[in-house]
Amino acid sequence: MVGIITYGVYIPRFRIKVEEIARVWGANPDDISGGLGVYSKSVPDLDEDTATIAVEAARNALRRRAIDPQEIGAVYVGSESHPYAVKPTACTVGEAIGATPTMTAADYEFACKAGTAGIQTCMGLVASKMVKYGLAIGSDVAQGAPSDALEYTAAAGGAAFLIGNEDPIAEIHRTCSFTTDTPDFWRREGQDYPRHGGRFTGDPGYFRHIDGAVRLLFAQTGKGPKDYTYAVFHQPNAKFPQRIAKMLGFSPEQIRPGLVVPRLGNTYSGSSMIGLAATLDCAKPGDRIFVASFGSGAGSDAFDIEVTDAIESDEFRRGAAPSVEKLLENPVFVTYAQYARHKGKIVMQK
Amino acid sequence: MRDVAVIGVGCTTFGEKWDTSFRDLFVEAGALALEDAGVSGEQIGAMYVGNMSAGRFIEQEHIGALIADYAGLASTHIPSTRVEAACASGGLSFRQAFISVASGLEDIVVAAGVEKMTDVASGASVDALAGAADREWEGFVGATFPGLYAMIAHEYMSRYPLTREQLAQVAVKNHYNGARNPIAQFQQEISLETVLKSTLVADPLRLFDCSPITDGAAAVVLAPLEVARKFTDTPVRVLASAQASDTIALHDRRDISTLDATVAAGKRAFAMAGITPKEIDLVEVHDCFTIAEICAIEDLGFCRKGEAGRLTEEGVTALDGDLPVNTSGGLKACGHPVGATGIKQVCEVVMQLRGQAGKRQVDGARIGMTHNVGGTGATVAVHILGV
Repeated sequence: MVGIITYGVYIPRFRIKVEEIARVWGANPDDISGGLGVYSKSVPDLDEDTATIAVEAARNALRRRAIDPQEIGAVYVGSESHPYAVKPTACTVGEAIGATPTMTAADYEFACKAGTAGIQTCMGLVASKMVKYGLAIGSDVAQGAPSDALEYTAAAGGAAFLIGNEDPIAEIHRTCSFTTDTPDFWRREGQDYPRHGGRFTGDPGYFRHIDGAVRLLFAQTGKGPKDYTYAVFHQPNAKFPQRIAKMLGFSPEQIRPGLVVPRLGNTYSGSSMIGLAATLDCAKPGDRIFVASFGSGAGSDAFDIEVTDAIESDEFRRGAAPSVEKLLENPVFVTYAQYARHKGKIVMQK
Repeated sequence: MRDVAVIGVGCTTFGEKWDTSFRDLFVEAGALALEDAGVSGEQIGAMYVGNMSAGRFIEQEHIGALIADYAGLASTHIPSTRVEAACASGGLSFRQAFISVASGLEDIVVAAGVEKMTDVASGASVDALAGAADREWEGFVGATFPGLYAMIAHEYMSRYPLTREQLAQVAVKNHYNGARNPIAQFQQEISLETVLKSTLVADPLRLFDCSPITDGAAAVVLAPLEVARKFTDTPVRVLASAQASDTIALHDRRDISTLDATVAAGKRAFAMAGITPKEIDLVEVHDCFTIAEICAIEDLGFCRKGEAGRLTEEGVTALDGDLPVNTSGGLKACGHPVGATGIKQVCEVVMQLRGQAGKRQVDGARIGMTHNVGGTGATVAVHILGV
């Protein structure tokens, strides 16, 4: 059965508090924190970008399991912030972990769900025996225009999932997607920041597509919310995943381990994948995990996952790489000025 | 001048109707109104449609012909006219239809209103709406509608006894009514605390003091009273139609805590109907902001200046009070698709007078009033309807 062989996460240590951003723009921090349910977001260091975060996440995945990188036949990196418009991040990652040159690679973009699209691609390649292992990564140094609502949540981080069919720590029983042409959030070539349709990103975007994918998967599997130990949803803020969970019949307890957004912010392509990683950090054999990502534009990928005995076997060393909780601990809080410098918002020379 | 009656009403649900286009909206409202009236398309002599800013909201002008076309009436070549007076477009559309029938020129006339506001981001819709004020002297220097009505509220509160809680009670009451209106955008009741703790928009107005951005359409069918009973057992007479104007810019007004155009249109309407405010059983007023409802109740003559806050607090304007105000939920809770609002007000009063208002029915209502404002009061339309 195709499944997750190992996984790893990377989150920069820097954070900025929502109230610090609100201070700069003269907004009421309580209104914003209360409205979004987000209190701080991660900030990349000066020299961190989507590629370095993807590499760190991939290395953390490989720390947990002795895999010959030469057996990784595919690398896909999903992001909205690939450092190059033309030149794949996936090649940099493949090179850094020693998977080159006998591999296929490509960069994916599907707003916040390109990483889970990579998981689906790897599942197909593994199931068809075209590759032994496929590496799917969601990584972003998320963009949000200064003073835009997105700026309060757009964060940095990534997660890497190695997909294979030999002794996975979690089997992926089934996946399906729900996709339409819905322009709720977009960034054109050459633009620095994405734009969005305000409230249109909610009901016609996030909620319609996740609801569509989840109901499709339930119809295909005959399962329902009560069949799962945990559930993870894309988390652009804390309110949306809590609302969709309630709408679909999942309990607050089911989504709690994977709800990382209040401290982390929205890591775009990393968001639901870091949520899944945080859930795997505390999962036990036999636990069933439901995952639904969301990407604007728009679509949702749903996954029916079951944790196996391998997660507690000697071959898999969960503690060999930092847990999501560990990565969220002991943050270094920065001022808006430092944040602006880290994010390259200060123009040094034209 | 002939007596005129409303013989049919129709209204879409109001809200963020992401999957419904401008055309879908008015076709649905028109079909509901014609069905209610038992009138076929070929019997319609003319159409008027209130619409503020389709050009800004959906980049479509020439709404009159568009509506006739999509109503399936292009081959009958009926006269179809767009009426624009910002948020009072619907009220003026109804008045034009009334005049058309009363004059004897046409018999069966449709008055409609439609606005599709959510195809643009909120910033763009706020700017389109700012076109209802004085663009050169207000809009260009940064005034938005919440800002202008906040100035009205400040001036009012400095001159008259109105507490922040009384102002909030307007929104609480209108949400209570909206929760009993199946077409309302907001279907939930709210507490005073919800209003008082909501995000500050323009001091002293908070989020829950403001009407929302809404998609929706409404239509009514008018006919000469003498033939109205051929179509319906419950014709509702148009007892008065009045309109007034004032300076476009708020700062040019004699007194910004009173809407003089409301005072003028109200007086004309009562004179035309030959009745006094005491005889009105319910009124739909233009509560684009909570302060606007306070001013409207006074400016229409239902009480003296400075008393509306206390009356609201005492429940006089509640559904079971002596003068129910905004039984539909008003602009605040029912929603405010600007061009459609004036027609929706007529729909609400007609349904109340027919006894068809369900959970929000005002017992024994016989005479109702509508009050529709454009901008900060540069245009006002007031109608009185009765059975």
